[in-house]
Amino acid sequence: MSIMSYNGGGVVAMKGKECVAIASDLRFGIQLQTIGLDFDKIFQAGPKLYVGFPGLATDTQTVHQRLKFRTNLYELRENRKVSPKVYASMVGNLLYEHRFGPYFVEPVVAGLDANNQPYICAFDLIGCANAPDDFVVAGTCEEQMYGMCESLWKPDLGPEELFEVISQALVNACDRDAISGWGARVYVIEKDKVTVRNVRTRMD
Amino acid sequence: MAGTSERYSFSLTTFSPSGKLVQIEYALGAVASGAPTIGIKATNGVVLATEKKHKSFLCDESSVWKIESITPNIGMCYSGMGPDYRLLVKNARKAAQTYLLQYGEQIPTIQLVQRVANVMQEYTHSGGVRPFGVSLLICGWDNGKPALLQCDPSGSFFPWKATAMGKNFTTGKTFLEKRYNPDIELQDAIHTAILALKESFEGQMTAENIELGLVTERGFRRLTVPEVQDYLANVL
Repeated sequence: MSIMSYNGGGVVAMKGKECVAIASDLRFGIQLQTIGLDFDKIFQAGPKLYVGFPGLATDTQTVHQRLKFRTNLYELRENRKVSPKVYASMVGNLLYEHRFGPYFVEPVVAGLDANNQPYICAFDLIGCANAPDDFVVAGTCEEQMYGMCESLWKPDLGPEELFEVISQALVNACDRDAISGWGARVYVIEKDKVTVRNVRTRMD
Repeated sequence: MAGTSERYSFSLTTFSPSGKLVQIEYALGAVASGAPTIGIKATNGVVLATEKKHKSFLCDESSVWKIESITPNIGMCYSGMGPDYRLLVKNARKAAQTYLLQYGEQIPTIQLVQRVANVMQEYTHSGGVRPFGVSLLICGWDNGKPALLQCDPSGSFFPWKATAMGKNFTTGKTFLEKRYNPDIELQDAIHTAILALKESFEGQMTAENIELGLVTERGFRRLTVPEVQDYLANVL
């Protein structure tokens, strides 16, 4: 039994043309038993900044709460909202602080910076950051998601196309993983709005 | 700070019957008898100017500086006790690097000032220590805007458009009140700062007995002796 596959689940984020999308499955399970169908692993960290924490469910909740603690204080001290790069820096920092007793999550950050340029970043459980130009994946179905993203993604997708691409990538990857799936939620972040959609998936 | 301050659990800075913290008043006295420092915020930068009088001509002026950089965008100067200043410079540099490590971004000037001022305040509240005998002038450039702030021994900090500290600071401030305007540009500000310093200068002002520091969009730097010489030649 691996701790990272105790609860299961997956998160993917993609860059588009002046937009980003981030999506997560909704299953909450304990090993092979499914308990909940509304466990969104994605949280809002700013008006155009979202972060997902796939991995051990308790750490999904705790890491989110502890990061919120830090960003709340930052925003009060500095009188400004966290930018995606700074947020990513804080995530990496928090994880590395627990280098020898880590949180079992592999966070995914997606947002638009001050100039509405897309930013995505993924981390391993001890805070190594990876901020590429195309897509990032994490979770028990990450290998399946890599395959789907590599074939479906292309640069400069508009918000509507990006939604289709990220939904197909997530859903088909989760269908090939016993402990991911049971519903999906997709966030498309553009400069003037954020659209959240639930995607109908196989419920098994 | 180990040793003595661990044995004292009580603060040495206590209230007088009138509600004053006399130690802080005395610390401000130490500042007011220190060498003068001027700071002027222009539209396109900030200038710091300070007198660096040496006790004898045997002193090597180029070995020790009063104006120090904290980050590429923030510089600092003082009036008062040199050794206390050195500790605060070390502290400020560490705070700036800690911020960079956590947030991946250079520390904004006001955030640095808050952290340094917090340290200064702790020394008025902790056991077995005395307040710092310095007032600091911190200048920086954040997001296209210049910033100039003063930190006092009490731990309070003030943003300034232009200010003077140290000996004859009231004369300096009066001079600046007359000469300052909100549209002043950096070159003019440097000129004004040198003149303000000259008001209370005893003896001949040379490039070796004053220091100048500038912060612009390109960052903070201390001017070299030849550069100071050029500015002095235009003023004197």
